[in-house]
Amino acid sequence: MSEKPQVKSSPSFFNNPRNRSIIYQLLLLFGLGYFFYSIISNTLANMEARGIQSGYDFLFNTAGFDILMSLIPYDATNTYGRTFIVGLLNTVLVSIIGIILSTMVGFIMGVAHFSHNLLIRKLATAYVETFRNIPLLLQIFFWYFAVLAALPSARQSMSLGEVIFLNVRGLYFPGLTPEGGASVVYAAIAAAIIGIFVLKRWAKKRQDDTGQQFPVLWVSLGMLFGLPLLALIVMGFPFAWDIPYLKGFNFRGGITVIPELMALALALTVYTGAFIAEAVRAGIQAVPHGQTEAARSIGLKEGKIMKLIIVPQAMRVIVPLLNSEYQSLVKNSTLATAIGYPDLFTVFVGTTLNQTGQAIEIVFMTMAVYFVVNMTISFLMNRLNSSVALTER
Amino acid sequence: MSVEQEKTNENNDDIIVIKDLNKWYGEFHVLKDINLRVKKGEKIVICGPSGSGKSTMTRCINRLEEFQRGSLTVNGVEMIEDVKNIEAIRREVGMVFQHFNLFPHLTILENLTLGPIWVQKKPKKEAEATAMKYLERVKIPDQANKFPGQLSGGQQQRVAIARSLCMNPEIMLFDEPTSALDPEMIKEVLDVMIELANEGMTMLCVTHEMGFAKKVADRVIFMDAGEIVEQNTPEEIFNNPQTDRLQLFLSQILDH
Ligand SMILES: Nc1ncnc2c1ncn2[C@@H]1O[C@H](COP(=O)(O)OP(=O)(O)OP(=O)(O)O)[C@@H](O)[C@H]1O
Ligand SMILES: [Mg+2]
Repeated sequence: MSEKPQVKSSPSFFNNPRNRSIIYQLLLLFGLGYFFYSIISNTLANMEARGIQSGYDFLFNTAGFDILMSLIPYDATNTYGRTFIVGLLNTVLVSIIGIILSTMVGFIMGVAHFSHNLLIRKLATAYVETFRNIPLLLQIFFWYFAVLAALPSARQSMSLGEVIFLNVRGLYFPGLTPEGGASVVYAAIAAAIIGIFVLKRWAKKRQDDTGQQFPVLWVSLGMLFGLPLLALIVMGFPFAWDIPYLKGFNFRGGITVIPELMALALALTVYTGAFIAEAVRAGIQAVPHGQTEAARSIGLKEGKIMKLIIVPQAMRVIVPLLNSEYQSLVKNSTLATAIGYPDLFTVFVGTTLNQTGQAIEIVFMTMAVYFVVNMTISFLMNRLNSSVALTER
Repeated sequence: MSVEQEKTNENNDDIIVIKDLNKWYGEFHVLKDINLRVKKGEKIVICGPSGSGKSTMTRCINRLEEFQRGSLTVNGVEMIEDVKNIEAIRREVGMVFQHFNLFPHLTILENLTLGPIWVQKKPKKEAEATAMKYLERVKIPDQANKFPGQLSGGQQQRVAIARSLCMNPEIMLFDEPTSALDPEMIKEVLDVMIELANEGMTMLCVTHEMGFAKKVADRVIFMDAGEIVEQNTPEEIFNNPQTDRLQLFLSQILDH
């Protein structure tokens, strides 16, 4: 053992700062433990008094209520357990849409802050300042009640080429039903993706060996669209269009995006996008101008400076911020309940809890879901983060 | 007219020709009628009080700053609003900054090979071999795989010099390369610069290191308020100043 100079022990056991801190922590632990114990035992006692059984058996009982939207087959004769899955999938859906779109909006708006065009710069600032400073719930109401509710009725739908329709009941676009030979198209997509990885490695190796550069981005894009297109043509388009059509007062067929999902996804995108734009701006601004100057002085072109110098350094600021924005987005998606989008919170903590009274089980299961989802995001973002982090002393 | 043709049209051996160069920052006239010719292999030290435009003039030479009037020709290529010309000039001119400006996310070796790989399109092996050669010249080959943040200031500045040299420039610009360094590190950087001077590199160096100026400069330029006030050999500048402004400046820097 190394001989660290020991602090002279205090005369009294309780005056020793180390002992004190341990005692305080123990007290806090006991306090918290008692707090939760009393809540839970209280609730259990109440439930017993009202004749509600505790446990997870209720999950196998028939739900008996309809859900506005489901990604898997569901009707009122299904179980409460299935309502959990339906809600969970709806939460995951709106979260994924929100994360993808807010990232795109955020990066575009964040970069727009540095545009040479004054109008674009001002627009980016106005966007960020507006949507960052208005409560999210209000924004959800804005999209739902002010914008989407003002859309025309089904008969007066706005349409894009008579295949995509937008009206007060939702957004309708064509679905594709695969027919024989569709698997060739899927295979082409897979081949394109694998091909891009191979191409990237080949281009890197060729540049290392010969110094010649290869336009990987453009060729990759070409492959990604070209190969599936080729497969489509060769197979004679092995898909049947399922185009939505007006029947009575509503549309049938195709894929429907209900207004609740649109409003929630829009609000989450626009709101989180404003924060991501700020993160992107902060990340780019954190790279000192000297970096650009040094890169210019060795003759790098502006595009290469962005790719090789600015972006990698900006990412180390952006990625940790993105992590917390994504986590907020997932948690904020519970505001779905305000407009009735059937996410996990609305369906499970709302209707299912109301009908069964199994508060502890339901709240616990739901908390576990958000915890696991957000830990997964953290895990992925931390891996991304360690790949952009700096080694310093 | 192509860059190559322009090169041959210039038929004197001055590698930098600055004629009546003027620059404004808004209303502020930073550079006033600068005229300067630099011969190939010449070593020039630029001094003058703070804010006199030394950095601005130096940075015009590789177009880190634009100018509004006059002309500037580097190695026969005229500096005009044309990406081709700007790139051609930047390939010939290396620059070392006060604050090193190494790329913190890249290793020392990657800092050095970045230009050769992405600008000169050299194979990686070749670029690395060149990089190691220059790291040996600045006496830190053992640091090749570290990151800039792990090096001392003096080592970082030597890496920065090596990074410029990897591009095989005709001209090296230095903007106060030692002013951000602790005294004990100044010498190691100046030694590298002296060696470079002895090998015949064309150098323009903004510095207040008068010892360095006396040792290597062919010519010292004194700037004040955006003008070149005096230029002469180091001996004449230091021992026989012609203007009050230079006298005042010398008395101030020799005071401390
Ligand atoms: N981007 C800018 N915008 C406006 N004024 C500037 C800008 N950069 C420099 N200046 C001004 O131009 C003048 C010359 O600056 P410059 O940096 O060339 O001086 P310097 O001689 O290098 O001084 P120092 O010894 O302090 O480095 C200074 O008065 C400075 O305030
Ligand atoms: Mg300066």
